[in-house]
Amino acid sequence: MCMQYPKGLDNKLKHYWKYIKPYGLLFIFGPLLMLTEVLGEIVLPKIMSGMINVGIVNSDPAYILGRAGLMIGFICLMIIGGVGGHYLSIKASVYFSADLRKDLFKKVQEFSFKNIDDFSTGSLVTRLTNDITQMQNLIRMSLIMAMRAPGMLIGGLIMALSINVELAKVLLYVIPCLAAAIAALLRWGFPKFGMMQKKLDALNSSIQENITNVRVVKSFVREDFEIEKFRKSNRDLMETTLNALKTVVFTMPVMMLAMNLTTLLIVWNGGQLVIGSGMQVGDLTAFTTYIVQILMSLMMLSMIIMQFSRAMASSRRIIEVLDTEVDLTDDKAAHKDAVISSGGVEFRNVCFRYYESRKENVLDNISFKIEPGETVGIIGTTGSGKTTLVQLIPRLYDVTSGEVLVDGVNVKDYSLEHLRTAVGMVLQKNVLFSGTIRDNLKWGDENATAEEIEAAAESAQAHGFVSGFTDGYETELDQGGVNVSGGQKQRLCIARALLKKPKILILDDSTSAVDTATEARIREAFKTSLKDSTKIIISQRINSVMDADKIIVLDDGRVAGMGTHEELLKTSSSYREIYSSQTDMKEVS
Amino acid sequence: MPPMGGPGRNARNSGPIKKPKNTKAALKRLMGYTREDRGRMVFAFICVLLSSASTLTASYMLRPIINNFISPPDGSPGDIPGLLRGLLVMAAVYLVGVAATYFQSRTMISVSQRALSRIRAELFEKMQRLPVRFFDTHTTGEVMSRYTNDVDTIGEMLNNTIVQIISGTISIVGTLCLMLYTNVWLTIVTLVMAPIMAKVGTAIAARSRRHFGAQQEALGEVNGYIEEHVTGQKVIKVFCHEDKSVEEFSELNDKLRNAQVMAQFAGGIMGPAMNAMSQVNYTLTSCVGALFCVLRGFDVGGLTVFVNFSRQFSRPINEFAQQLTIVMSALAGAERVFNVMDIEPESVSEDEKPVDNVKGDVVINDVTFGYNPDKMILKDVSIYAHPGQKIALVGSTGAGKTTITNLITRFYDIDKGEITVDGVNIENITRDSLRKNIAVVLQDTHLFTGTVMENIRYGRLDASDDEVRAAALTSSAHGFIRHLPDGYDTVLEGDGSNLSQGQRQLLNIARAALSKAPILVLDEATSSVDTMTEKHINDGMDKLMENRTTFVIAHRLSTIRNADAIMVLEHGEIIERGTHEELLAKKGRYYELYTGIKELD
Repeated sequence: MCMQYPKGLDNKLKHYWKYIKPYGLLFIFGPLLMLTEVLGEIVLPKIMSGMINVGIVNSDPAYILGRAGLMIGFICLMIIGGVGGHYLSIKASVYFSADLRKDLFKKVQEFSFKNIDDFSTGSLVTRLTNDITQMQNLIRMSLIMAMRAPGMLIGGLIMALSINVELAKVLLYVIPCLAAAIAALLRWGFPKFGMMQKKLDALNSSIQENITNVRVVKSFVREDFEIEKFRKSNRDLMETTLNALKTVVFTMPVMMLAMNLTTLLIVWNGGQLVIGSGMQVGDLTAFTTYIVQILMSLMMLSMIIMQFSRAMASSRRIIEVLDTEVDLTDDKAAHKDAVISSGGVEFRNVCFRYYESRKENVLDNISFKIEPGETVGIIGTTGSGKTTLVQLIPRLYDVTSGEVLVDGVNVKDYSLEHLRTAVGMVLQKNVLFSGTIRDNLKWGDENATAEEIEAAAESAQAHGFVSGFTDGYETELDQGGVNVSGGQKQRLCIARALLKKPKILILDDSTSAVDTATEARIREAFKTSLKDSTKIIISQRINSVMDADKIIVLDDGRVAGMGTHEELLKTSSSYREIYSSQTDMKEVS
Repeated sequence: MPPMGGPGRNARNSGPIKKPKNTKAALKRLMGYTREDRGRMVFAFICVLLSSASTLTASYMLRPIINNFISPPDGSPGDIPGLLRGLLVMAAVYLVGVAATYFQSRTMISVSQRALSRIRAELFEKMQRLPVRFFDTHTTGEVMSRYTNDVDTIGEMLNNTIVQIISGTISIVGTLCLMLYTNVWLTIVTLVMAPIMAKVGTAIAARSRRHFGAQQEALGEVNGYIEEHVTGQKVIKVFCHEDKSVEEFSELNDKLRNAQVMAQFAGGIMGPAMNAMSQVNYTLTSCVGALFCVLRGFDVGGLTVFVNFSRQFSRPINEFAQQLTIVMSALAGAERVFNVMDIEPESVSEDEKPVDNVKGDVVINDVTFGYNPDKMILKDVSIYAHPGQKIALVGSTGAGKTTITNLITRFYDIDKGEITVDGVNIENITRDSLRKNIAVVLQDTHLFTGTVMENIRYGRLDASDDEVRAAALTSSAHGFIRHLPDGYDTVLEGDGSNLSQGQRQLLNIARAALSKAPILVLDEATSSVDTMTEKHINDGMDKLMENRTTFVIAHRLSTIRNADAIMVLEHGEIIERGTHEELLAKKGRYYELYTGIKELD
């Protein structure tokens, strides 16, 4: 938020030129049309003085009416120009920002998982919404003012100079003073605003926290503690705000002072000229009007600069997104046409860490092979790297070293679309989107028939409860799918993945909220509906992976054991430990 | 802002401007927050008067200065010392005006900021006393927008609008007087234009409001889409759905674009239209005035002054329409803020007394309860817990397990039946002292911005650092805390988003461990902790539950095996009760659940 002078404007223009170019005519004619308003404002007083000087002196009503007609004519021109100029400028700014928003959204769609992790979701949303709006407002205002302010300035200057050059020298004193005052305000006032905004954000997020945590606050009887905390930051905010505003309230008086001083100086100098050199009184009054116009246009310019510096922060954040290098693309894929046909997976000496700078690997030298059609369980404690491991298969992240092969081909050599279409993955943090259940399931296959959808839902054990809803598959889900229970949501997410008819299906702890019996039925259904597909199941429960063809035990990023349930019970102490932590359940069933 | 602004973020722009229901009452109450600063207000008002008066005076003074000293109409020579004197007087008037303007704005910002701060504080304090029901029935975004949007618009009104309305009125009245003094007929000409201007202004405003509503709707859709799809970005990638969502977005984006052009244009023509109207006014006045000069002998100097007046006159009229909208939306906002303040806080009855040395004997006796009167969640539920006992509640989602937590803590009041603690009906125990005796660990883990240490200490504010560490050890949180970059001093932000769900739950358990409350409620407290870790913390949990009456609500049935009694809830009724062994032997619902024959969800 802090004040940034428009550094590196070239660089910015390069980014934005793409969005300006298609609307070049709007960007040119919008400001140009606004010149009619300037023209009117400069010419009207002139005609008016003619009306007085000629019409009244000659007692010529016809002349007066004629002049009035001329003025009305100019006013019509002003309306047409003003309205037209506004229309074109608005259209330019809106179209510009719509295109920019679209490209920004597109860019975010291209982001890799790592890119998404680097920006937080909230910050991406702000960039796409508020920051774009800021830019739009800036452009609209700049276009409307672009010609108007300088036009008024130049027009005023010409008129003033044409009346009396000597008198116009007053401007030489006034303008630098005014400029210095404005610069000082910008320099010292704006950083304070940044501070104020920060405090305000902090206060608001602490309120939000208080609201979401209301049960905690109440159950620990911390209302007074919270109130005290709030009072403190509230007072702090007030003081910071006052401090910032105290600088800003100088603006008006300083401007007024500049205007007043100028008027006084002109009347003083001009008065002497009238008395001594016989300058016309009418000229003196007109001169004052133009000088005021000049000063006003200067202030308008400074307003634009202020807006500009505010919008720069937004612009920087937008460009940051546009400039982000998508670090995972299939541009270098060697076999773009290759399609995954059987679904074998192999890890060869795979190491991985999320950030290059981190020393410790999240996955350390992992090698294993999964045959097509196998069911593989992955088990391990929280943080052992299970999720990370499976995310490498559909190339959601790139390995740090080693290689991941699918059907014997490095995943980097497939086109992302082919790879990810063949790999169905149900994420741990899964989301449904607003829309009907059918719409959501169709994510897996756009052209799925009603029968196919039902079959997939049946396999995922979702058909039962979906048909229980009044609207069945047409039931509207709210944003984030909050109106179905956790277990139902998970089953819908599985159904969605099943519709892809994946060659490789990965379930990342996706049945944690589903009870064991239902889960068993889901696994049973896989045996028929996904007979030939490779199935990789991450789970907390031994039960879920017990009858897998192969179980991989992960411990702190390393393979701590691999084999069938029986083998592992014999060979792996980690596995035995996990198993014993869950055996109570076994005793009974 | 926290990562997710929630729906509140864009609420400012949601829908057309709403009018307050009772303008006068809202205004009066709002002004009540400036009562303490009444002296300052009076001072500011005087300053406004002074600055407006000085502006008017100065603009009128130019004429006598010109007439008397520079170019007297009788043709006598100018008077330079006189001119200097005149200008000095004028400078003094200007100075008064500038000073008055400065003091007025300076005073008003402090009045308004103090008032805002008071409103925020009162709103927050009142909110702390609201029943949980309020928070359950309002989204966070909804409540937040009271603090953000509504308080903002109130601030805008207090900061500028009031002063502008006052000074505008003064300058209109003053100018009108001067105009009448100069020429009555010309004044009438000017006045004829005023209603036309007002009419055009309101017509444009009405039109733009309509388009504005459409724009906000489109903007809401686009922003909603962005929020949802950026949040679900990873799923989009997994399904290769990028192109599809770009396509859908484009459609919404185009719709917004078209609505925006319409709305902003409808609003944007206000400026040029009003400007043109005042130019027409200017022309008409000049023309009629000039004709007067020719036909009726009106003086030229008077005409010049008058034309300037008529310009001065139309400016504040232009601004009035705009200011009125700000005032209206501010008052509507104030009304919404007041509505929250006026919600009945958690009731306090006369019979309530604090309790001391609670042993933890909890009896739930024939309790019937529903969040809505037409849908009962609990029906005639009775549970008895002796001090130190561990009671487990089992049942499917919606069976009413969490509701029991809500009732024991008096988050909600019971419809029928009673709950007693140590034999005292909880309705006769003050909420504060009741809750101080109950430690709750909720399924939804909530942390506050602050260090790990501060977050655990929330359980007991006077706990020493060592006690906090001990509590963390008990809950097995110590292990991962040690590995955080700054250990116990690591700052958690955005509800601890840098921790895993399981780690957050461990912190919550530590918080409860620190509390010395004799009653403990664990509502799915370990649902996200993996079984290995759970096994590890079991000892700690046992220590945690030692000597405390504990209610455990658990999804994972393995965690409640050693409970003194297990209640199986279904559709708000207890259908089975007994110990683990008893219930298994019974081969009923519990047995089915435990062995996974029947579905729990």
